[in-house]
Amino acid sequence: MNPPDSAPGIVAVVLVAVATLAIGTWGLRFSRTTSDFFVASRSVRPALNASAIGGEYLSAASFLGVAGLVLAFGADMLWYPVGWTAGYLVLLVLVAAPLRRSGAYTLPDFAEARLASPRVRAACSLLVVAIGWLYLLPQFQGAGLTMEAAIGAPRWLGALVVAAVVMVNVLSGGMRSITFVQAFQYWLKLTALLVPALVLLFVWIGDGAPNPADASSAGGAADLWSLPLGSGGSQGLYLTYSLIVATFLGTMGLPHVVVRFYTNPDGRAARRTTVVVLALLGLFYLIPPVYGALGRVYGDADRSNVLVLELPRLMVPGLGGELLAALVTAGAFAAFLSTSSGLSIAVAGVISQDVIGHGRASGVAAFRMATVVAVVVPAVLTLLAPDLGVARAVGLAFAVAASTFCPLLVLGIWWRGLTDVGALAGLAVGFVGSGSGVAYALATRTTTGWAAVLLEQPAAWSVPLAFATMVLVSLATRSRVPVDVRRFMVRLHTPEAVALDRGPRSVR
Amino acid sequence: MTGGPPERVRVTGPAQRRTPMPPRTAEIDDQTALGSVLMGSLLKAQLRAAALALLPLIGFAGGLPLLFHLAPGLADERLLGVPLPWLALGGLVYPFLFVLGWSYVRRAERNEQDFAELVEIVERP
Repeated sequence: MNPPDSAPGIVAVVLVAVATLAIGTWGLRFSRTTSDFFVASRSVRPALNASAIGGEYLSAASFLGVAGLVLAFGADMLWYPVGWTAGYLVLLVLVAAPLRRSGAYTLPDFAEARLASPRVRAACSLLVVAIGWLYLLPQFQGAGLTMEAAIGAPRWLGALVVAAVVMVNVLSGGMRSITFVQAFQYWLKLTALLVPALVLLFVWIGDGAPNPADASSAGGAADLWSLPLGSGGSQGLYLTYSLIVATFLGTMGLPHVVVRFYTNPDGRAARRTTVVVLALLGLFYLIPPVYGALGRVYGDADRSNVLVLELPRLMVPGLGGELLAALVTAGAFAAFLSTSSGLSIAVAGVISQDVIGHGRASGVAAFRMATVVAVVVPAVLTLLAPDLGVARAVGLAFAVAASTFCPLLVLGIWWRGLTDVGALAGLAVGFVGSGSGVAYALATRTTTGWAAVLLEQPAAWSVPLAFATMVLVSLATRSRVPVDVRRFMVRLHTPEAVALDRGPRSVR
Repeated sequence: MTGGPPERVRVTGPAQRRTPMPPRTAEIDDQTALGSVLMGSLLKAQLRAAALALLPLIGFAGGLPLLFHLAPGLADERLLGVPLPWLALGGLVYPFLFVLGWSYVRRAERNEQDFAELVEIVERP
């Protein structure tokens, strides 16, 4: 479909791409060491870091997906943004400070430091790459969709542009410059969604404020649309609970989320950063449901996946609508860029350390080579794989993360008894369980009967299964508990200030 | 026992096989009975803080779907025209999550403060 005038949309996309590259280049001035590339030398303050986390985390699924899902399926889809925010609360409470204090760069680093096992490290590296690519896929697909809806470009072009900008940016500056880029992109995304939403709300009030819950255009009867449950009785209840488990527990296992925590100066800052993130995410997630609700009055349920992009034009005629649409397009584009950048950095970090790093290439060169691999593979897959739907593919990535890294992190941080064999067994069970759901989703589209429901949303059984496996196998292999586990626990849980203040004082 | 301030580490290369960091605390790392008690009490306090934040969350996320499953009529109840589920999941939940997180951080930092003071008392000759 070619919209009436695509010029504002093109200008918006070009501006975002240029601004992203410009800020990235500016950040390059501060990037000198390998540590800058990987973790911005661990010196990012909470306010900046929280904006960057928000910018990185709010992906295409948040920006475009939520509104469309709410329009099409109703209030049960509100659990997605709630879960994506609550995931940070769980992360804050169980993982944030100890993870930062562990002193590791990446999830595989943490696993190896905690369990002293190269094999667990290798398994974690594989998982980071798998989850990262699974999450990159819908970002690239969404970019294609957005470019098509906004400026009538062919789908592959959007994916290509996003992949190219991300690659240039990550190659040039690494984590240090990406931090600035992503902090900028959080505020860009918030503005790009909030300003049109306010205008649309005024238009809606001018129209007499028809209640979206009473509109009968889409998503079934009013009571069904308002019900915060999946349809189908107990199956719907299961789907809702499974979604809650996947999003609440999956956040901590996403590679691009975790890598951000190493950029905090210390454990206390990691916690404070996370609280600010909770506020920023809560602020943002108030808006997409507004689009979903207005879409029920004004929009077209058959085009729900591009609702956010089309609603301004549908509600505001003429130039005003075009400009608002351009603003939303810019925000959507920022969403793809920032999330893809974060994921690419996380995946590239692991590839460069665990695959290329053993060869001759030095730190920064290895990181650059790895970036190319990390971006090109999912970009090619995007062109080949079937269109899963942005939110669904992201949901699967969450399910895999919740079934693998969540048990590893939670047990590794809070339970001394975890062993390498137990961790490996739990990771394998969690991956096979949730991965079968991914394979099923890729292979088929029917969703009837309990078997299909259980596979489509595996988290509610695969997460407990992974936890149980890790605990039971660890108990059975108790002799393999690492000898220095107590020391590691001290490092994870004691405030840095104790060690820093104490040295001089005990001498005096 | 280590003397002097802990070494500052400047990272200049990729971390491939990180050697374990040198012990940063003395009493605790010597794993004396006293150190174990201190560590145990810190862990217990932090777990309690975590539970205080997570239990309301579990209650909310576990209870709400069940409530609407058992009483679907509730979804039609409205406050100022907004259906109840929308009010809860579209708006009120976010301040709720923030307050849980904020109070957890305060509690966790206070626990660490207490721990630091205890260690200081123990360390004093």
